[in-house]
Amino acid sequence: MMAENVKEKIVEIIAEQAVLQPSDVTMDATLEELGVDSLGLVEAIFAIEEAFDIQVPFNANDPSESDFDVSNIGAIIKAVETLVAAKG
Amino acid sequence: MQAMAEGRCGIGTLEIRDAARLQIGIAGQVKGYDEAAHFGRSELVLYDRFTQFALLAAREAMDQSGLNVGASDPTRTGVVLGTSGGGLQTQDENYRLVYEEGKNRVHPFVVPRLMNNAATSHVSMTHGAQGPSFTVATACASSNHAMGLAFHLIRSGMVDSMITGGSESMLVFGGIKAWEGLRVMSKDGCRPFSATRNGMVQGEGAAVFVFEELEHARARGANIIAEVIGFAMSSDASDIVMPSRDGAARAIAGALKDAKLNPSDVGYINAHGTGTAANDKTECGAVRDVYGAAADDLMMSSTKSMHGHLIGGTGAVELLACIMAVRDGIIAPTIGYEEPDPECDLDIVPNVAREAKVEVAVSNAFAFGGMNAVIALRRAP
Repeated sequence: MMAENVKEKIVEIIAEQAVLQPSDVTMDATLEELGVDSLGLVEAIFAIEEAFDIQVPFNANDPSESDFDVSNIGAIIKAVETLVAAKG
Repeated sequence: MQAMAEGRCGIGTLEIRDAARLQIGIAGQVKGYDEAAHFGRSELVLYDRFTQFALLAAREAMDQSGLNVGASDPTRTGVVLGTSGGGLQTQDENYRLVYEEGKNRVHPFVVPRLMNNAATSHVSMTHGAQGPSFTVATACASSNHAMGLAFHLIRSGMVDSMITGGSESMLVFGGIKAWEGLRVMSKDGCRPFSATRNGMVQGEGAAVFVFEELEHARARGANIIAEVIGFAMSSDASDIVMPSRDGAARAIAGALKDAKLNPSDVGYINAHGTGTAANDKTECGAVRDVYGAAADDLMMSSTKSMHGHLIGGTGAVELLACIMAVRDGIIAPTIGYEEPDPECDLDIVPNVAREAKVEVAVSNAFAFGGMNAVIALRRAP
């Protein structure tokens, strides 16, 4: 999948969780700012895994220790791009 | 109890069909269990694993209690057991048959095997208990709710004795796969209250007790192990998975009030202590809210570190730790403890059991869906 498509798809997934328009999801926004709670995040990660056929290393017990940066939308996109690239 | 006193860990490699397709490879699984050594063929066709566990535990409890239900009015004894999933082994196996293997026919007893009340029904049939009997399913609080209701039935005068506790056997591919989805399971161990904790580990099994009205038990010269003195339940009414400090605190405070206890009367708490980030800090906060300064003097441990989380059976197994505390003066430890967490700053009896004289023990259970149930025990009068 092309880089632009990864970004677009993730923005679409997050927007759906946040009940916002994709245009409202900015790269520096945090999940908290967008109103996505822990349950929403787990659901978004599931959607990401299904969309890109990847395994996201994320443990809800300790998001900051997981090998998957969820600090803002840009970070999530970067992390997914890395995982997609690793898949080859 | 011996294993709890030794701080022995029952968590090991999960051995079930298709385990290689799971991300979670550990559990508190009952190993080396041969169902045919305990039950006959005509029984096994009707008994899911969770029913077998309940029957074995009930048999031990009835033997130990010496209660003969048929000796007096059998309608004065009932059965209330907790389970969350019921006959999940049966469900998993038969879904495989029809969906994966494309079979168009299943065994005729699938329904009576998988129903949530199957264990309760078989316990009542085996022991001839004809009084009020039902199954309680409130996820992780099922057993505590079941035992609390059994206590209430006796206190109300409706029955003289109750066979109560809980059972669970969720260690099947579908069961673990579903839990994986929530991303709250640990891949390497259950370390409640430790800063290094990273989730829960599932277990399986059962514990069953005979609850009996005090004078009724005395009259027949029963060996009384402990006295149930209080119970309370509450609902968070807030979130389907995130625990609420206020909801937990209300259940704890309610149980103390019901038992007419002051916080300083309690020597030991068997914590819900799942080993998830959210539960453990919320629970410690709730305990501090209710016990106040007395929280610094009591011991609180999570035996899930040893047997894993038995979901609907967990409160029953954990009541054993409370009995051990009040009867034997041995406090089960929280094993796997590595590093203090400032948000869990209570005496959690790290890693090694302790000897202590305890008059009153309290067991906490806080379920997904915000349903809380707390039960209090006192040393046998």
